[in-house]
Amino acid sequence: MSKKPQFGLLIDYEYCTGCHTCQVACAQENNWPAGMGGIRVQEIVQALPHDKHYLTYLPFPTELCILCRPRTKKGLDPACVKHCMAGCMTFGPIDELAEKIKEKPRMVLWVPR
Amino acid sequence: MPSSETQIYKTTTWSPGPGCHGGCGVLAHVKDGKLVKIEGDPDHPMNQGRLCARALAMTQYIDHPDRLRSPMRRTGSRGEGKWEAISWEEAFDLIQEKMNKIREEYGPESMVFNVGTGRDIYAWICMLAYAYGSPNVMFGLTGQACYGPRLAAAITVQGDFAVFDAAQWFEDRYDHPGYKVPETMIIWGYNIHATCPDNLFGHWIIDLMKKGTKIICIDPRLSWFGSRAKHHLRLRPGTDSALVMGFLHVVINQGLYDDAFVKKWSNAVHLIRKDTGKLVRECDLVSDGSEKNFAAWDTRDSKPVIWDTTQVGFKDATAVDPAVSGEWEIKMANGQTVVCHTVWDAFCDRVNEYPLDKVETITGVPAKDIHDAAVMYAKSKPGAIHWGVAVDMTPALTPLVTGISALWAITGNLDVPGGNVFARFAFDVVPYALPGTKGAIRLKTEEQDKPRIGADRYMPLNKFYWRCQTDMTLDQIFTEDPYPIKGMWIQTAGIMQGLGMDPKKWRAALEKLDFIVAVDLFHTPTTQYADVVLPAGTFLEKDSFRSWWVPLQTINKVVEVEGCRPDVAINFELAKRFDPEFKFDTIQDLYDDILKPSGMTFKELQAKGWAYPPEGSSSCPYLRHEKGLLRPDKKPGFRTQTGLFELYATLREEWDLEPMPRHEEPPFTPVSRPDLAKDYPLILSTGRRSPAFFHTEHRQIPWLREIDPDPVVEIHPITAAENHISHGEWMWIENWMGRARYKAKVTPVVPEWMIMAPHGWWFPEKKAAEPDLYGMWDANINQLIPMGHQGKDGQGAPIKHSMCRIYKCEGGRS
Ligand code: SF4
Ligand code: SF4
Ligand code: SF4
Repeated sequence: MSKKPQFGLLIDYEYCTGCHTCQVACAQENNWPAGMGGIRVQEIVQALPHDKHYLTYLPFPTELCILCRPRTKKGLDPACVKHCMAGCMTFGPIDELAEKIKEKPRMVLWVPR
Repeated sequence: MPSSETQIYKTTTWSPGPGCHGGCGVLAHVKDGKLVKIEGDPDHPMNQGRLCARALAMTQYIDHPDRLRSPMRRTGSRGEGKWEAISWEEAFDLIQEKMNKIREEYGPESMVFNVGTGRDIYAWICMLAYAYGSPNVMFGLTGQACYGPRLAAAITVQGDFAVFDAAQWFEDRYDHPGYKVPETMIIWGYNIHATCPDNLFGHWIIDLMKKGTKIICIDPRLSWFGSRAKHHLRLRPGTDSALVMGFLHVVINQGLYDDAFVKKWSNAVHLIRKDTGKLVRECDLVSDGSEKNFAAWDTRDSKPVIWDTTQVGFKDATAVDPAVSGEWEIKMANGQTVVCHTVWDAFCDRVNEYPLDKVETITGVPAKDIHDAAVMYAKSKPGAIHWGVAVDMTPALTPLVTGISALWAITGNLDVPGGNVFARFAFDVVPYALPGTKGAIRLKTEEQDKPRIGADRYMPLNKFYWRCQTDMTLDQIFTEDPYPIKGMWIQTAGIMQGLGMDPKKWRAALEKLDFIVAVDLFHTPTTQYADVVLPAGTFLEKDSFRSWWVPLQTINKVVEVEGCRPDVAINFELAKRFDPEFKFDTIQDLYDDILKPSGMTFKELQAKGWAYPPEGSSSCPYLRHEKGLLRPDKKPGFRTQTGLFELYATLREEWDLEPMPRHEEPPFTPVSRPDLAKDYPLILSTGRRSPAFFHTEHRQIPWLREIDPDPVVEIHPITAAENHISHGEWMWIENWMGRARYKAKVTPVVPEWMIMAPHGWWFPEKKAAEPDLYGMWDANINQLIPMGHQGKDGQGAPIKHSMCRIYKCEGGRS
C-alpha cells in the first residue's frame, strides 16, 4: 500500500506553451535517458464552433515522477517547476494547491504516484 | 585545477550550445572538470531562473561522443566522408598556406567568409575576414532574409531598431518605476517562445499576458499565441504588406493616430511635388540650396520654409507652424511653378489605395477582423508590436517593414513605456560593424570595401548591411565575374543543411572552390565539403561577452573539452597570422578595446557579471528622441538624415527605391503564378520553429530528438483526405525544383490551402558520405526554394511562400 499523498503539482495550462523544458529538466535532474522521464507534454487541438480551434499543451507527470523528493526535502522547487519557461507549475502540499486552484480557471492539480 | 567537489559557476548562454541568440544567466555545476548539471540563474534579470530545453540538455551536448575533438583534414574527395585527424598546428599552417595562396593569386576578396545566425562569433568572423583583407562576409541565406533586412529597413526610416518593451532594460524589470505593461501586443509572424530569436526571451510575452496584455496574432497557422489571441488574423503567406496597409487605413481614416507626433516628429509636413511625386528639396527652391534640406509650408506666413537637416529644425525661422495637409502652387528656382502637397497627403493617398475589402481580397483576412484588430491596437495606450522573420522572408520587405514601423510611430507607441522601444547595444559597446553603428572591428580602409559583392548594385546593402549579397555571391562562384571566388570560410553556418536554399546549387558551388574551412562542433552535411574542419567549443568553454541590447555581460569559461577551441581563439590565431599589423596581442586586449565605451575592462565586467546602462544614457529608454539621446550631435530627433521619423524615406527616394509602404505580390504565389498553381495547388510555407532545435542543430541530442524525432509536415485533415494521406504516413512534398520526404501530421492548425514544413532536417545517425549526406537529400525542404529572387534592395527573399503538391511515398506520382 502506498502512503497517502501529501504533495502535488498545480499546472496552469492556460499558459503552458509546450516548451518541453519540464521534460528535459526532469531528465537532467533525475538522470533519465531519452524515452523515460517524470513528465510528458501533450498537445491537444480542440475543435470549437465556427471552424475555430484551441491549442493546449498539458504536462503530465508519469509513473517516474518522484516529485523531486531530494530537492524538495532541501526546500528547493522540483527541477521542472523551477525551470518552467511559462512559470505555470507550482509544487506544494495538496491542501494549499487545492486552495490555489480556486483562483483561476484552466488549471489542473496532479498528484503523481 | 579540476575539483572533485562540485563547483557552481555563473555564466551567460550564447551559442554554441542552446543555439539561440542567448543572454540567459545559468549556473553551471562542474565536477572533476566536467559539466554535471546546468540550471537557470534565479538572480539573472533576463530569465529569472528559467531555462529552455536546449540549454538544459547541455550535459548531453558537451560530452557528446560525436563531437569533433581534433582538427580534421579531408583525405577522400568532397562528400566522400573520409578524414584524418591532424594537430592544431598542422591545421593552422595548412590554412595559412592555402589562404595566403588565394590572396596572393586572386586578391583577398576571392575568399568568402560565410556566417549563420546571430552569435558572438559573427564578430570574430568579421575580425578574421578583415584581418585577411576581404570585405566578403556572407550571411548565407538568400536575400540575407533574416533580421538584417528588417534592421536596415527600420533604421532607414527611424534611425534605430525598435523592439517590444518587456522592461528588459532595467535590472528590476517589471517593477521598474515608469514601466507600463502593453495593453495590446501584435505578434506578427513569430513563434518567439520556441527559440528566443533576436535576443528576446520569448516567454517575456507570456509574463506580459499574465499581467494583462491582450494578443493580436498575425499568422496563417494556429500558433499558441493565435489560440489565445483576441484577434487571430490568418493571412495568406506573403501578404503581410497588404495587411499593414489595411491597419494604417483604419488608423488614419478613423483619426486614431497621434497628430502631435505626426506633425512634430515625422516628416509628414515636408512637401512633395505633385508633378514628379518627389520631395521638394532646398535646391529646388533656391539655386544654391542644399539637396539634403527639405521644405514645408508655413501657415503663418503662407510660404515655404526650409527644413535644415544639419540643425534638425526650420531654417531662419523662430516660430513656424507647418501645414500637415494642403496643396499649394510653389515657385521653383528655375522659375517653374509646381503644385505641391505634403508627405502626409501622399502617405494618406497611398494608404487609401488599400480599402479593407481590397485588403481582404489580397490577404484572405475578413475586413471586419482587420478593422477590429486595428482599432484595438490603436486605442491601446501603450500597444506593442513584435515581428518575426516572416517580415524578412519576402522580397519586398522594406515596404512592409516601413509600414509596420509607421504603424507604431503614428499611434504614439515609439520609445514609450510598453510600446516599441529603441534597442541599442548596451553602453554603445559594438563589437562589429552593423547598421547604424560602426563597431570596433571593421575594414582598415574604404578601399577594401570596394569589391564587396552587391555593394555597388544595392544601396540599402551598401549603406545599412555591411556584408556581401548572398545570391550574387553564389552566382559569382560560377561566373567568376567580375572576379573569381576561390575559397570559403564557413563558421556557425550550415549552408548545405539549413542556411542555403537550393542546396544542390550550393553543393556545385562548394565543389568548384579550391579551399574550404569549416568550423563546427559536429560533422554536418556542410563539413563534408570542407578541406579542413576545426572543432569549436560550446559557450561553456569560452570567455566572451555580449552587448546585444542589454545587459552588458560576460560569458565565462567554466570547462575545457580536450581538443576543442572556442571560435574566438581560432579566429584570433589566424587573424594574427594573416595580418602582420593586427593590433591585439591577446583576446583580452581585444575585449578590453571593444568594451571601452562601457568604462570597464573585461575583467571588471566579469567580476560584476552584468551591467545595465543607467537612465539618461543612449542605451536606456524612454523618449530618447525628445531628450537628444539618439543623435551623435545630441540634438533632439531621430538618427535619420532628416532627424525625423520618415513616413516617406528620403534615402530611398535618392536610391530610386519605393519610399513608402505598399504591397507587392511575391513571385511564387497562386496570385502571381496561376500557371504554376495548376500543378502545385498548395502553398508551401517553411520555417516553423521547434522548441527542441535551433535551426539545423540538436538532432543528435537524445533528450531533444526525443521531443521531435522526425521531419513532420503539418497538413489540414481535409487536404490530407483529398490526397489520401493519413496521419503519420510518409509523403513527398514536391515542386518544379525538387522534392522532400516528410511525415504527415494531420492537424487543423494549418489552413486547408497551406502546408508547413520545418527546415533544417538532416540525420546525424545516417551515413555521412554521398549520396546519403546524412539523409539530407531526403528531407531538406530548401530543395524546393530558389536562390536568386532577392528583392530590389538586394535584401529579402521568398522563403516562407512557395507552392507545391503532395503525395504519399509509395505509389504516388514520381
Ligand atoms: S517533480 Fe521532479 S520528478 Fe516529477 S516531473 Fe518534475 S522534475 Fe520530474
Ligand atoms: S516547462 Fe512549463 S510551459 Fe514548458 S511545457 Fe512544461 S509546463 Fe509547459
Ligand atoms: S533559448 Fe531562450 S531560454 Fe534558452 S538559453 Fe537561449 S535565451 Fe535562454
